This record gives sequence, C-alpha cells and structure tokens, in this order.
Amino acid sequence: MLFAKSHRVLPGFGLSLGFTLTYLALIVLVPLSSVFIKTSGMDFARFVDVVTSPRVVASYKLTFGASLIAALINSVFGLILAWALVRYTFPGRKLIDALVDLPFALPTAVAGISLTALYAPNGWLGQFLEPLGIKIAFGPAGVLVALIFIGLPFVVRTVQPVLEDLDVEFEEAAASLGASRFQTLMRVTIPALFPALLTGFSLAFARAVGEYGSVIFIAGNLPMVSEITPLLIITRLEEFDYQGATAIASVMLIFSFVLLLIVNGLQAWTSRRSGKGE
Amino acid sequence: MSIAVHNIHKSFGAIKVLNGVSLDFPKGELVALLGPSGCGKTTLLRIIAGLERADEGQIILSGTDASDKDVRERHVGFVFQHYALFRHMTVFENIAFGLRVRPRSERPSEKEITDRVLKLLDLVQLGWIKNRYPAQLSGGQRQRIALARALAVEPQVLLLDEPFGALDAKVRKELRRWLRRLHDELHISSIFVTHDQEEALEVADRVVLMNRGTIEQVGSPRQIYREPSTAFAYSFLGSVNEFRGKIEAQGVRVGTDLLPHVTTAFRAGDDVLGYARPYDIEITPGDTNAPGVAAKVNRILEAGVMARVELVANGPYRPAKPDYFEAELTAADLADLKLTVGQAVRITTRRLQLYSGVDRSVEV
Repeated sequence: MLFAKSHRVLPGFGLSLGFTLTYLALIVLVPLSSVFIKTSGMDFARFVDVVTSPRVVASYKLTFGASLIAALINSVFGLILAWALVRYTFPGRKLIDALVDLPFALPTAVAGISLTALYAPNGWLGQFLEPLGIKIAFGPAGVLVALIFIGLPFVVRTVQPVLEDLDVEFEEAAASLGASRFQTLMRVTIPALFPALLTGFSLAFARAVGEYGSVIFIAGNLPMVSEITPLLIITRLEEFDYQGATAIASVMLIFSFVLLLIVNGLQAWTSRRSGKGE
Repeated sequence: MSIAVHNIHKSFGAIKVLNGVSLDFPKGELVALLGPSGCGKTTLLRIIAGLERADEGQIILSGTDASDKDVRERHVGFVFQHYALFRHMTVFENIAFGLRVRPRSERPSEKEITDRVLKLLDLVQLGWIKNRYPAQLSGGQRQRIALARALAVEPQVLLLDEPFGALDAKVRKELRRWLRRLHDELHISSIFVTHDQEEALEVADRVVLMNRGTIEQVGSPRQIYREPSTAFAYSFLGSVNEFRGKIEAQGVRVGTDLLPHVTTAFRAGDDVLGYARPYDIEITPGDTNAPGVAAKVNRILEAGVMARVELVANGPYRPAKPDYFEAELTAADLADLKLTVGQAVRITTRRLQLYSGVDRSVEV
C-alpha cells in the first residue's frame, strides 16, 4: 500500500510531503517551466533553426564535452586526493583538507581571472607552456581547466566520508587471499567506492555544465571554438532575443536532465548489486 | 604447517605491545591466544599472518624464515572479527575471490571454481544462500562464509581474530562447537584469538595465556585451569578471592586476622598474595575469635545450582581486586548455615594458592 498508516516517533508524512512538493514547485519547477513556456511561443521551424545553428551546436559540444572530461578527470584525481586525506596523516593535512573547499567559496569570476592570469601566454605558467606549443588560456583547454577547478570539491567531498567508513580490513582480507595490490584496488576498493564516485561525478558534471563565471574569462569566447552554451544564452539575452535564449536553455535543460537520469539509474543499479536495494 | 615465533618485539609509538614473545605451534593443533584486551594477542596474530611487521624477531613457517614475506606469500587463511566480507559480491563470489585473483597459469577453470565453492558452502552448511549478498546474512552466517572464503585458497594455517567476538552468546556457543568439529575434520593448524577464557578452554587443544605483551603460561586447557602458574593466570581464569598478607607459622596474617594455611614455599615474614576460588571458601557464622578473616554477609543469591554468598570485609583488611569476597556453596549447606544479610562471619579457605606478594602482574 502506498499510503499505509504507520506509527512513528516523529509523525508528519503528509505535512513534509506537502511542504516538499510546494517548495520544489516554487523554487525549482516554476522557474524551469517558464523556460519552456517562453520557448513555446516560438514556431517550431524557428526553434529548430535556433537550437541547431552551427554556432550553438559547437557550443553544446564544448559545454557537454568539456564538462564530461572535467568530471572524469576530477573523479580520478579527487579519488586520489580523498585517499591521501583519509588514509595518511601528514603535516598540513588539515590545511589541505580546508583548501579543497576553496573552489566552493571563491567567487567564480575571481577564479576565472586568476586562472587566466596564470595560463595566459605571458602568465606565470603560460609563459613556459607557450614555447612548447601548449595553449591553455583563450581556447577549449582553458574551458577544461576552469571546469576542473570548480568541480574538484564535489568528488573529494562525496568520496571522503565513504572512504573513512571503508575499513582497511577489506584490503587486508583481499591480500591474505592472495590478491595483488592492483587486484585489491580494482576488485575490492574501487567497487566499494563506486556509488560515491558516481555521485561525485554527476555533481561535478552538473556544476560544470552550468558554470559561467570562471569560464568566460579564460575561454576567449571565440565563436565555433571556445564559446560555451551559457555564454550564448547571455548573448541572446543582451540582444533582447528572449525566445532564442530560452530555446537554447530548454535544450540544455533536457540534455542535463537525461544525463543525470542515466547516472541515477546507474547508481540504483550498483546499490542493488550490493544488496542494499532490497 | 608448523609455526614458530622467536623473540618477537613490537611497539606502536611509545607503547610496547609485544615484549620478546617466543612460541611453538605444533602442526595440526587448534591453539587459543587468550588474554585481556590490550595484551598483544591480536598483534601477535597479525604478525604471524604478515599483516603487521615485527620490530624484532622471526616468524618460522614450516621451518623456513618467513619474517620478510608478504601476507600474499605466506598462505595463511585469516578470519576477521568483523568478517570483512566484500559487500558488493555475492556469497559465491566472496568465496571464489581467492581463486579468481590467481595468476592465469594457476587459476582453476570456471567449473573447478564452482565445484570448490559449492563444496565449501556445504562444509559450512550454507549452500542455500550462495546468491545472497553479505548485507542479507546474519552475523553467524557471515562468519561462516568468511571462514569458507579463507579455506578456499587451501591455506596451510588458519588464523582467526576474535572470530565470535561480534556475535551474541547463543550463536557464539553454537559456532564454538562447530569450529571444533570443523577442525577435527580438517586438521589444519589453527590459531584463534579470544579474550573469553571459557571459549579458549572449551575449544582449544592448547591455550597460550598472554598479559602485557608477554606469555604468562602455555598448556592444555586442563593445565591452565587447574595449575595456573602465575597470579595473573589464576585471577584471569575464574572468580577469585584475594588475601594479601604476611606468612606466619600458623598461616597467613591478613590484616589483624589469621587465615590458617600450611605452606613450605614461603618463609615466615614473606609478603604473599593468596587467591582462593569461591567454591573453596568456608563460612563460619558469628564474630568469634575463631580463625579466619572477618567479613559480613552482603547478599545471598540462591538462583542456580550453586548458591552464592557475597561478603564484604568486616575487619581492618580490605581486599582490592575484587573488593569483596564471594563464596559458592550448595543449597543444602547454605540452609545449614542459616545466614542472614548483615550477619558477621569468619571466612577460611579450603585451598589457597599463594604467590609472592611483590608480584604486581595482576594489576592489569
């Protein structure tokens, strides 16, 4: 039964569900649906025209591609960072732990400007990369760097608590059964962390897709090359082309929503496998 | 496989956990490492397994020095107190793990793996849960699966770290008997760690009693219980009544009272620590000048086959650990004594075990 009556120490299912739905509607659904409502004012041919113009399609590719790559890179290095923070004690550990949160706290524009200053051809790092033919600022690579920067804390902070709960005993058990270090890592440790990694990945990805502030400074914003979709939306708004802006926004929303649904499905599947879903 | 350890030392920071431990574990025996928490028994087990390195000393497995060998090369089966089953694998996959991680050239075929796992599941009597996940099993079932997993790689030694420590009393008792039967079937050299003296005495062929990083006594359960060689051994293996005093011609002077006892091991004037089990305590009612230590009845517990009488000191002498006396007697004897709570009595001992009073090892 869906609404079976049950006695709890803290009652209030009806109240909390009602609150949840109202709150969600006001804060999330109404603003989002207005995007679609505004878009629906367009005729279909124009809509297709706007959202499939080459410049817009290039920006989708960059935004979603760079976000996916950044989230993947963050998953790998975030895991290593979380591992070092949880498994070892070393001087300055608390400080590094606090530093991880900085990308959360820093205004994104500040991050963008400092990254640009660092990687620009005459910047601290850029001046050494330039002779090697590596160009980071004012190109797609710059977008990637910015997205990695802002996404890092998500992976570290989701993996860290799970890793803390993961007893070394599991690794010791694997070793006593003859597993090599690599086998232990791949067959025991990573699978145990996988659901958390997946959560961290999807959060970092979602954040990267919507990122605007830090990217526009470092990207250079060249049409067809390093223009992200959120920037195109802003550009349309500045041209008072509200319908064009919402059309692109609605495509982005649908994309993101589908991707996050897939990740959620993956998560449900992995947790069913560990017998927790039953 | 025979196991021997020689002069093992181990410290964690400033804390000395093992202090020159040497032991021989003969082939095929089930040995218990028994001791209070913090005595170093688990550390010793982990050093034998290769999960921990000793600061000094050697581990000899089958006659060869294995001190520098990795846990992977020692061929030991290790069973953890909290099972350490892999949560994302089914019971079947957990047991098969040790076979699947072998190098390709030594790995059994899929059919051989299945056969071996099913045989092990039969051995631990859990064939019907092979497709479940650890989260869906009870504690006792998990521990049996953990044991099957350790046995799957055909280890030469089985090491169990407090294997029943996390289980409730009834399951613990069942598994104890089951482990003993399993050992009688397999005859694999096994060492298990426990802080429960009853468990050690019931299950093991031999018991190694440890305290503060050293070995107090090694012997059969009978020897350990009947002939405890140190004050610590005596007090750890059962309830005790403590009498500290000085040796005199007629007995032990405890406070101002005289506890009659004949000894040749000590000379008059020696400080001694005397221990007596509750069933060796005799109670004489009345505060007479009769020999014995002055005490007062505090509680009478009549439930159980034997009645127990708890007494507190009633003279200048105060026992320290435990800080009361306890006597065990039959219901008939209790009825004859006609004791009442608060009554003054004298207590004497049928058997008194004396240890040198300077021995402080009891103060854990």
